[in-house]
Amino acid sequence: MSTSTIVRLPDQSTARIPRMNFLSRENGLLSWLLTSDHKRIAILYLISITFFFFVGGALAGLIRLELLTPQSDLMATDTYNKVFTMHGLIMIFFFLVPSVPATIGNFVLPMMVGAKDLALPKINLLSWYLYIVAGGLMLYTMAVGGVDTGWTFTTPLSTHYLNTHVISAGLAVFVAGFSSIFTGLNFIVTIHKMRCPGMTWFRLPLFVWAHYAASLLMVLGTPVLAITLVLVVLERTVHIGVFDPALGGDPLLFQHLFWFYSHPAVYIMILPGMGVISEVISTFSRKRVFGYTAVAFSSVAIAVFGFFVWAHHMFIMGISNYAALVFSLLTMLVAVPSAIKIFNWSFTLYKGSITFETPMLYAIGFLGLFTIGGMTGVFLGTAGTDIHLTETYFVVAHFHFVMVGGMLMAFLAGIHFWWPKITGRMYPEKISQLAAVVTFIGFNLTFFPQFILGMLGMPRRYASYPPEFQILNVFSTAGATVLGVGYLLPVLYLTWSLKYGKIAGNNPWQATGLEWQTQSPPLTENFTRIPIMDHEAYDYEWLENQQQKEVASA
Amino acid sequence: MPDSPAIASSGAATAVETAHAAAHPDYLRHHFESVEQQADTTNFAMWLFLLTEVMFFGGLFMAYLIMRNWYYPAFVEASHHLSIFWGTTNTAVLITSSFTMAMGVWCAETRRKKGLLLSLILTFCLGLVFLCIKGIEWHAEWVQHHVPGLHYSVESFVNPASDPEIYAEYHDRALSPAMALRTEMYFFLYFAMTGMHALHMIVGISILGFMILRARAGSYTNGHVTFVENVGLYWHFVDIIWIFLFPLLYLVSRHG
Amino acid sequence: MSHISPVLWQYLVKWLTNFALFPPEASKIAPQMDALFFFMVLVSLVGLTIVVLLITAFSILYRKERHPVAEQIEGSTLLEATWTIIPLGLFLIMFVWGALIYFRVYTPPANAMNVYVVGKQWMWKVEHAGGQHEINALHIPAGRPIQLTLISQDVFHSFSIPAFRVKREAIPGRYTTVWFEATQPGTYHFFCTQYCGTEHSHMTGDVVVMTPDGYKKWLAESTSGMSLAQNGERLFASLSCTACHNDRADARGPSLVNVYGSRLPLPNGGTVVADDAFLREAILDPSQHLTQGFAPIMPTYQGQISEDGVISLVEFIKGLHSGYRLQQTLTTTTLLPESEGKAVPVRQAPPQSHLAKGWVKP
Repeated sequence: MSTSTIVRLPDQSTARIPRMNFLSRENGLLSWLLTSDHKRIAILYLISITFFFFVGGALAGLIRLELLTPQSDLMATDTYNKVFTMHGLIMIFFFLVPSVPATIGNFVLPMMVGAKDLALPKINLLSWYLYIVAGGLMLYTMAVGGVDTGWTFTTPLSTHYLNTHVISAGLAVFVAGFSSIFTGLNFIVTIHKMRCPGMTWFRLPLFVWAHYAASLLMVLGTPVLAITLVLVVLERTVHIGVFDPALGGDPLLFQHLFWFYSHPAVYIMILPGMGVISEVISTFSRKRVFGYTAVAFSSVAIAVFGFFVWAHHMFIMGISNYAALVFSLLTMLVAVPSAIKIFNWSFTLYKGSITFETPMLYAIGFLGLFTIGGMTGVFLGTAGTDIHLTETYFVVAHFHFVMVGGMLMAFLAGIHFWWPKITGRMYPEKISQLAAVVTFIGFNLTFFPQFILGMLGMPRRYASYPPEFQILNVFSTAGATVLGVGYLLPVLYLTWSLKYGKIAGNNPWQATGLEWQTQSPPLTENFTRIPIMDHEAYDYEWLENQQQKEVASA
Repeated sequence: MPDSPAIASSGAATAVETAHAAAHPDYLRHHFESVEQQADTTNFAMWLFLLTEVMFFGGLFMAYLIMRNWYYPAFVEASHHLSIFWGTTNTAVLITSSFTMAMGVWCAETRRKKGLLLSLILTFCLGLVFLCIKGIEWHAEWVQHHVPGLHYSVESFVNPASDPEIYAEYHDRALSPAMALRTEMYFFLYFAMTGMHALHMIVGISILGFMILRARAGSYTNGHVTFVENVGLYWHFVDIIWIFLFPLLYLVSRHG
Repeated sequence: MSHISPVLWQYLVKWLTNFALFPPEASKIAPQMDALFFFMVLVSLVGLTIVVLLITAFSILYRKERHPVAEQIEGSTLLEATWTIIPLGLFLIMFVWGALIYFRVYTPPANAMNVYVVGKQWMWKVEHAGGQHEINALHIPAGRPIQLTLISQDVFHSFSIPAFRVKREAIPGRYTTVWFEATQPGTYHFFCTQYCGTEHSHMTGDVVVMTPDGYKKWLAESTSGMSLAQNGERLFASLSCTACHNDRADARGPSLVNVYGSRLPLPNGGTVVADDAFLREAILDPSQHLTQGFAPIMPTYQGQISEDGVISLVEFIKGLHSGYRLQQTLTTTTLLPESEGKAVPVRQAPPQSHLAKGWVKP
């Protein structure tokens, strides 16, 4: 496929990993646990979220196995309920929310803006520790018997009708929320105050714009979830509460407060992924992103509109018809910036010089899957069709197309793209291209049948279902197996590459971001001298001149 | 304070380098270029953090608003059982503490160590006084069985005369049993909101205690005042939350 | 096919027979909703095709071997405006179309036949006006608008009939309504689609759509001997409602004759329409729903009457058109033993032999 490639590696016989870098600077466990280096914290995050991803993935495997047959025969219904609840909680709060921002964002964002570190390095470390505490609480919850509220904690079910470990799960999410607040806060402050000389707002890579928008959502949305969970926990312990109708409370208030965070939360999850896609597509087509300003502003528009669409989760819940009207309209508006992004990315390829290394394959996969995911979102935002489709597998499929087909693809694209920068070594190209293709096929096989199931009316969160739905569920489970292989492969070959991968050199992709203009792996302080940004983002001509100068001076 | 070169925003690399070398007091963290940048950054971060706090309390205020709309009579009569005297005193205490905190920031900026210490200690004490008064009020509610979930009693609402002092002042009419039950909702929100506020006070007071120790050792009066400023911001914010809580919880029936 | 194992073959045949790709369209609204659905599918397909075509074409035309040097293009306002405005326009069409359907589904016509549905962990109880009860089943006639009035006794549930393309949340403490008109006699699934705890996935049942004649027959066979209103009347008497709501000149409570649907004056000068929701609230939480000129002396019945009981009471009040009826009730009150005034779930009242076959869980 890629007889021609942009990869330019140093001569492997003489190349060495630079002796001084952020990895070799200090050794020992403490040097990691007490680090305030954003790059080391990123790696701590990477390890922890990978762990939680596979915990969540194993739970997903159990779900698919159970749904292989119409009866609930693999596990009892309450076990199944716990399994899908834990799958949701772990994947959302412990994988998707921190995935790109806390790992890739943490690693490259300060370098992209030309800073030595995030603005508040200690807060950054604190947010990792909060994540670990939250993760510990979540594992504790799982170990002592789990929780079966569904990840949405719907009241009054969660407050008065279940005797599982709602409180520890709620606290876990509460603490994880603060981890996410601090990450977002750190990013916003860094982007505002730590840009290097010459780095104006419109010279920022689109990755940074996307993270800025996502951080706004984290900072403004997450506290509302936090207080909501506090009220749920109080309601469970004191048995008085604002959410229980039997005691005079309003169960819809919980829905409003919960979705006020949890709808923006899906943009928290997807926006950073969109940032990765902008970087990857530009690099592998050797072109500036088509309509930089439009893409940048569309991120911000998504963040802003994203705050005013939450009630589209409640169309059938007895909100007034007119409220449904308004929220449906606003939902249509938030769909537009996503459409703009898709087309702008597609047109970035136009007259480019395209190569198809692994990150690009994932990015192209993202474009296709996110288009489907986004469009099916419109089905659900349209008040009329939402009545039929909501709370069915259609929602499950839509959500997974956006989150797994979109965000996870973007995450993998990003990990492969920045892997040489993070480790100083290349991943093996052929097998990773294979993994990308396997993931794409497995994904479609798993989740496409679920759209049809949803249209047929199969409700979500069912341990058993009418027999006529079985064949589609069998397809879905078969696909999940393929998908599982697709996810295991990168873990294996990326670990392998840590030792045996080719030396990558500073800039194997010939990319323009500031992070690529320094050694790999970078120094602890990122740059020997603070860079001065004297060109636009994605300026490939500047890069070429730069390289010619270097050759000349050498 | 050392001569502070402005962050080179347009200069050449060499200019930045020089600036870097010249301005390097020990409190300048390695990843900042200048003291200004550092102060600016941490200040901005504090404001952002306060914004998240606004959203955090916002959820509670939202719940309060809805419940008050639904159960207004219960809210009115339940609020009559709070002590406006203590509430007003506490408001005065907090406003004074905000003043002393502001004095502290000023003293730190003008490098008056004694003044700073005095202001911090005063703020610290006023904070404790606030908590003590809050404790007295909570104790009174406990005695009257007004703590939701713990032997809550609606006696004083279905039979207002059982509480002669309050009855003499307000002449509350008996609430219907159903409405009387909703006073528990009021007290739930009351405890949730004042409790959350008190928690913020405790955090603030602990930080003040830490600062008093540091200030005695001479910190904050060496030109590096960002920390004092930020704690000041936090303290004022907690104060402002109370300024909202006081009328919402104590003065429910006192509008025109 | 001898080389395929017979067991496997059997499975294959079974699967293919049951293989469903599209739900039946069994209500009036279903084809309308499907029209919008297919419009959106079409738009999505066109959109997806454009994106895929663009990517494929560019990937072939501008791959590095063919096009070694990229041409830098800043963007194009015209193009960008195109792909902002066209999707926006399409989305707005979907919005308007969808909103029309939404209003249609959630605005029941005046002549709709009302059926009460009470959700509780983990079953659906259906109450017909004639007093027929069903659990996890719903019998309705084709060709007649049916309104479901839903309420939950505990947590959120959601009543979904995919073949009719309708769904509505059953909320604790609040009535919600949805309506449909079945067109095809047959049996269709209904589901609880809002996760409601352990046995959520067993909270399902079948809608049996019958011909009008068949339905009449079913009604007659399934009667419990007492209509909802009659049940309500019994309850009305046994809860001593008549002590105050007796339509006399000196009555301590407002008269309930013809109260349903009327405008009631509120103490603060406003008015309120006495609909199902208002009557329910007024029974459970009277102090919040005083009418002008009456003292808040009515005790709360929260926790003392089940949701079915409230439904019966409301049905009784709905049909109350003359004071004579009340006087009759008043005289029978004395005949009832006091103890019945406590919360006796209404559905237990009729003798066992009268139970409809709908009671038996299918």
